[in-house]
Amino acid sequence: MSAVTQAPPRSVPQRRFRAKAAKRAGRYVLLVVILLFAVFPFLWTLAIALTDKRAGGSIYDFPASLFPKGLTLLNFQQVYQTFGLGQYVWNSISITAMTIVGTLVVSALAAYPLARFRFPGRDLIFAVIVATLVLPGETTFIVNTLTLQKLHLLGTHLGVVVPTVAGAFGIFLMRQAFLSIPQALLEAARLDGASELTILTRIMLPLTRPSLAALAIFTLVGSWNAYFWPMLVLSAAPDKVPLSVAVLKLKGQFNYDPFNIAAGSLIMMLPVLLVFLAAQRLFMRGLEGGVK
Amino acid sequence: MRVNWRLTLLSYTFLAPALILLAVFTFYPLAYGSYLGFTEYGGARFAQGLPPRWVGLDNFRTLAADDLFRTSLLNSVKYLLVVPALQLASLAVASLVNNSLPGMAFFRAAYYVPVVTSISLAAVMWEWVYNKDGTLNWVLGALHLLPATGAFGWLNNEGSAFWAVMLVTFWRGFGYYMVLYLAGLQNIPAELEEAAVLDGANAWQRFWRITVPLMKPTILLCSLLSTIAALRVLEEVLVLTNGGPLNSTYTALMYVYFKAFQGFNFDYGLASAAGLVVAVVALALSVANFRLFRDSSGENS
Repeated sequence: MSAVTQAPPRSVPQRRFRAKAAKRAGRYVLLVVILLFAVFPFLWTLAIALTDKRAGGSIYDFPASLFPKGLTLLNFQQVYQTFGLGQYVWNSISITAMTIVGTLVVSALAAYPLARFRFPGRDLIFAVIVATLVLPGETTFIVNTLTLQKLHLLGTHLGVVVPTVAGAFGIFLMRQAFLSIPQALLEAARLDGASELTILTRIMLPLTRPSLAALAIFTLVGSWNAYFWPMLVLSAAPDKVPLSVAVLKLKGQFNYDPFNIAAGSLIMMLPVLLVFLAAQRLFMRGLEGGVK
Repeated sequence: MRVNWRLTLLSYTFLAPALILLAVFTFYPLAYGSYLGFTEYGGARFAQGLPPRWVGLDNFRTLAADDLFRTSLLNSVKYLLVVPALQLASLAVASLVNNSLPGMAFFRAAYYVPVVTSISLAAVMWEWVYNKDGTLNWVLGALHLLPATGAFGWLNNEGSAFWAVMLVTFWRGFGYYMVLYLAGLQNIPAELEEAAVLDGANAWQRFWRITVPLMKPTILLCSLLSTIAALRVLEEVLVLTNGGPLNSTYTALMYVYFKAFQGFNFDYGLASAAGLVVAVVALALSVANFRLFRDSSGENS
């Protein structure tokens, strides 16, 4: 009796529940389709890089090549040795390390007075830095290579780095961070006779470590991945090019081996991927800050 | 304001590295590059150490008569078609991931991975996807969308190369704009959505009547960014097709680069002039973008 009377009210929520579950399932299907679009090229490259090519078979043998039978790290070893990838890894590290240090130093130094001091010309300087964000610089790379040539920096890592370290992004980021430090802290340090450089290095920088880390990580990814500018500056110095440029040169070699190239590409992607996985929240938040 | 000279001197000392670098590598090249656009410079002149020679509008006349430049500029403008696709898709994906279903953080992060992929790696990966025997043809074949004899190299075909390159731009961009839109979406008060649900508005109506109007500032920012990026597209075409086949992917900035640095006759003057044309078009498009969004938001207020 009671079961009969209770049955109808139960079926309505059940139907609603089912509709909700179906909607949710549909949403996940969509999410997975987009996921495949976003990461499929990686998965395939990973599969190729790990394939034991001694078993024979072509990378274009679908769907077999997506699920390699034999797994091996041989391709990584081979590409590292036969193409002398070590040299390019070092080039990438050298360029990226110099860019990070340069960007942090220049940005922190510039941001400190912009955030904490009042002096004539401050607003103008700030406006000038903002202007760099909107000025179209289609011709800058031509003149910059001419300038580097005059400075005898063309074909050097320093030549790749120097023009890129002063940027609005870094200065803005550090200025925001410095603005958030309480004034009382600075006053106390000044009463103790600390110089401004001491205050910057001993108080401001340690307290804004998260922002410094964020700037370092953004710079690392940008610099490690950069292609056009290092390719241009180092076009006459093929031994000095970073991985991003070298990987594409591998592709042009006549003993083209897709397995090795996939391995080389992954060696290149690995540091960035690790940094991204470790700091993905920061990436997302750093961007979101740009909208608010 | 009483000027504290000690502090002023100190401030400028701290600012000096940034200001000198910006002056040398940003403002000077902007000014000198613009000047070069009106001169004859490069090639033999440059080799002999002669200074640029003022030629007025000659370079621009040369450009106007150059079929390759017209093609490249047209391709760059055509590349703007990626903007609406990119913006609509990333806004839609942002709405899709803007809820707290389990696993959502993973999807958001995964969608962002193409953004932190270098163009070199993207080139390697996508060439295998676009290859005659690559995954794209395999998938299309498996879905019976492509006849067995219809397989072709997407990047080697005049008709498809342009769109294939554009898809890579789309792939590398949609995660970036998704995050920007996500931030905007999370600023929309939940009460608004709830009230609309109570009023019986369906998801589609809520998207167009609430989300889109409230997101206008973000949409403006994102379309501005992607418009300028699309007009300046260079790396994608450089690494994927090198402008080919038959110049079908030759873009305006590629023209600037090739005129300045390829071949035997480095023509800095002509390249700078071409760069100026692109810069002017970029500025005009930014202004147009602003106008468009300001006017349409005026209607709503």
